[in-house]
Amino acid sequence: MNTLTRNVECEHTEHGPARGLSRWFFTTNHKDIGTLYLWFSFLMFLTGGCMALMIRAELFQPGLQLIQPDFFNQMTTMHGLIMVFGAVMPAFVGLANWMLPLMVGAPDMALPRMNNWSFWILPFAFAMMISTLFMEGGGPNFGWTFYAPLSTTYAPPSVTFFIFAVHMMGISSIMGAINVIATILNMRAPGMTMMKLPLFVWTWLITAFLLIAVMPVLAGVVTMMLMDIHFGTSFFNAAGGGDPVLFQHIFWFFGHPEVYIMILPAFGIVSEIIPTFARKRLFGYASMVYATASIAFLSFIVWAHHMFTVGLPLMGEIFFMFATMLIAVPTGVKVFNWIATMFRGSMTFETPMLFSLAFVVLFTIGGFSGLMLAIAPADFQYHDTYFVVAHFHYVLVPGAVFAIMAGVYYWLPKWTGNYYNETLGKWHFWCSFIGVNLTFFPMHFIGLAGMPRRIPDYALQFADFNMVASIGAFIFGFSQLIFLVLVIKTIRGGDRAPAQVWDQPQGLEWTVPSPAPYHTFAEPPEVK
Amino acid sequence: MRVIAQLLLLAFACSAGSARADWQLNMPRGVTEISHAVFDLHMLIFWICVAIAVVVFGVMFWSIFHHRKSRGARAHHFHENTLVEVIWTLIPFVILIGMAVPATATLVKMYDASEAEVDIQITGYQWKWRYQYLGEDIDFFSSMSTPREEIENKQRKGRHYLLEVDNPLVIPAGKKVRFLVTAADVIHSWWVPDFAVKKDAIPGFINEAWTNVPEPGVYRGQCAELCGKDHGFMPIVVVVKPQQEYEQWLAQTRAKQLAVKAAASQSMSMEQLMTRGEEVYKTACAACHQVNGMGLANVFPALKDSPIALGDINAHIDIVLNGKSGTAMQAYRDQLSAVDLAAVITWERNAWGNNVGDKVEPATIQKMIDGGAEG
Repeated sequence: MNTLTRNVECEHTEHGPARGLSRWFFTTNHKDIGTLYLWFSFLMFLTGGCMALMIRAELFQPGLQLIQPDFFNQMTTMHGLIMVFGAVMPAFVGLANWMLPLMVGAPDMALPRMNNWSFWILPFAFAMMISTLFMEGGGPNFGWTFYAPLSTTYAPPSVTFFIFAVHMMGISSIMGAINVIATILNMRAPGMTMMKLPLFVWTWLITAFLLIAVMPVLAGVVTMMLMDIHFGTSFFNAAGGGDPVLFQHIFWFFGHPEVYIMILPAFGIVSEIIPTFARKRLFGYASMVYATASIAFLSFIVWAHHMFTVGLPLMGEIFFMFATMLIAVPTGVKVFNWIATMFRGSMTFETPMLFSLAFVVLFTIGGFSGLMLAIAPADFQYHDTYFVVAHFHYVLVPGAVFAIMAGVYYWLPKWTGNYYNETLGKWHFWCSFIGVNLTFFPMHFIGLAGMPRRIPDYALQFADFNMVASIGAFIFGFSQLIFLVLVIKTIRGGDRAPAQVWDQPQGLEWTVPSPAPYHTFAEPPEVK
Repeated sequence: MRVIAQLLLLAFACSAGSARADWQLNMPRGVTEISHAVFDLHMLIFWICVAIAVVVFGVMFWSIFHHRKSRGARAHHFHENTLVEVIWTLIPFVILIGMAVPATATLVKMYDASEAEVDIQITGYQWKWRYQYLGEDIDFFSSMSTPREEIENKQRKGRHYLLEVDNPLVIPAGKKVRFLVTAADVIHSWWVPDFAVKKDAIPGFINEAWTNVPEPGVYRGQCAELCGKDHGFMPIVVVVKPQQEYEQWLAQTRAKQLAVKAAASQSMSMEQLMTRGEEVYKTACAACHQVNGMGLANVFPALKDSPIALGDINAHIDIVLNGKSGTAMQAYRDQLSAVDLAAVITWERNAWGNNVGDKVEPATIQKMIDGGAEG
């Protein structure tokens, strides 16, 4: 009996990936699927980035030079949708696929075949959504928030394809989230109690619950749009007894947790990286977990702070203002914990650490502008201006995107077995850092000065900072090519990385060899 | 580092300049009591954030500098401290209460739209504003007056590029003016930064806002909610006049609107109609149907060779007067005078080689408007 099991295990560990393209189409291996997600999200990042550069090129100077207003609106819409649903979310799912089983000591995700499906829906969803740009009447041009009735009665015919694409993305996200929860709750190695879970695992667990709670709401709201457009209902049409503001309530009930879906895993990544490079345990582990849970809870009761100008009753404004301000408390706890982790540590500044430190500073700046936006009377001036654009790009680009990059640098040697080129990594970091700030910091100024968002042309007093922002955007955009070159070079070769990769990092992922074998933890590790 | 230094330098250079200069960094302080309160609130929170940033980033950079391995720093082993954690949860909470109190007070003031002396209904249309003075019998549309040539870079851009209109909103100084904001098609948002008034214009619903501007002057703003193709081109201009001048303006405008109505009874020649029609077409129709009448494929239908412009004139008049529900085609019965409507319909039937040859008289149109017949 004993010999038999051992034989089976040997066979199992020796069996590698299938050959050729079928490996990628039919794979149920969490590492392969993780890789697919990550490459897909990078492709989408470049696609959405090209759209951003088109926007910034048009805004380089006042006047219409390169693109017409209707196409400009399609670009802002598609840029937002692609970056949110195509770049940031799949990147986090990719990291989760690669790392969660390795971090909890599981052989794979709990539901491998569903895992395959949740990835392979995405390319089709995005192919359909991007194809709307080539349809007659053009693609979605109503902003990524697609407020009705601009997105229903007044939308181009392609809106139906957009709705179907959103449904598909939602299905993919829900399946991914179910898989994450099942894996974390059921497949932890013996001895890995909940309060021993690495923070990346914790933040993803909470994110997955958020996803399951709100993606159906998004599906609901786009279905209501579909009904209004094709089946004669009037959910969002006042003339038929509906209410356009209802759309915004439902959308933001999805939308606000959604923005935390895009930042909580980033908190997790940074909470893994800072302790490693400060050579000190994470400060306040338990409070990190509780803070994440509080942020997730609060995310459900703050949605109407996106709607301070729609004419909410006074008590409504006050409630949503206070609830929103409360988020500053758990978020503050997180920032203080990261800094306390660095304090009296022994820090080195490899590329993942640089991205993480930039994350802490720039995300906090985004947090400050978020606090300002929470103040309802002041929000009447900030709302729908470039100040808002600056705010959410600070939390999403040097926030979420920098954290994803930090994570890729941090785990790339584990995935490929090779160290990346540190010089190239630092070049990528500094170019991105300068580019990001040059792009988004001036947006605070033009927003306060009064420039509305989503306009293809602007008054002359906004000209100078717009030019600076456009230059910054091109620097940031093109520096991502350094990243592409670096990753390809690392896959092809480089200094061999040992199992530990870094200087005594914590976590089970560092106990398996580098590169991580195709199958890991066929036998669960013991966690003390 | 150098970039930051330059930005700081720039900040100082600009703060010395005038408020409306280029490189403007901050929110305008505005001209009303409310806008001052909002500005003060904004600055209060800004400086609190700066203070927190200095402390938090100060500790962070101090650690980065001193506790680095290359300086021989050894890692300590502490990783929790309940007292510290409780303190840094409570302190932010107290700071937040300090922010919430003045914020709530300002908000309550902003929401008190009672006892207004002037009531104006503001309606957002794609892509213009309509102002109706309640009880004053004044009703007009306000569209951007920046010429197409400036936008297309064929002409030097004027000082108020994109922030100028044909008919500004006129309000009296020192009086509480209440705005009843709504929309005819999609959601718009009426925003004048100097008043700190931003209110969404929502089709089917009426929102309230108010202002009281002590000093006469000209104040400019823009639509703040994405409302389609020309969202960037529907500015707001408010002219604040002393009470006496305001009353004169009321009288003049009322007289002008009556004259326009009276003009509807006169007969016009084909030539007159065509000349006027072309002008009206450019301001009211060309944004969608394009100057050449070709429209935009699958978005806005062409008028050249279209069945409506070539077909029965009554159907043509009907669609212009009453719009087409479920599309971007608006009802123009209130937006244009009978003369303008007659002129533009005649022009559409005879321009770009349509050459139907018929015309419609202002009086016919006026009869249809007065009859209130829905088509």
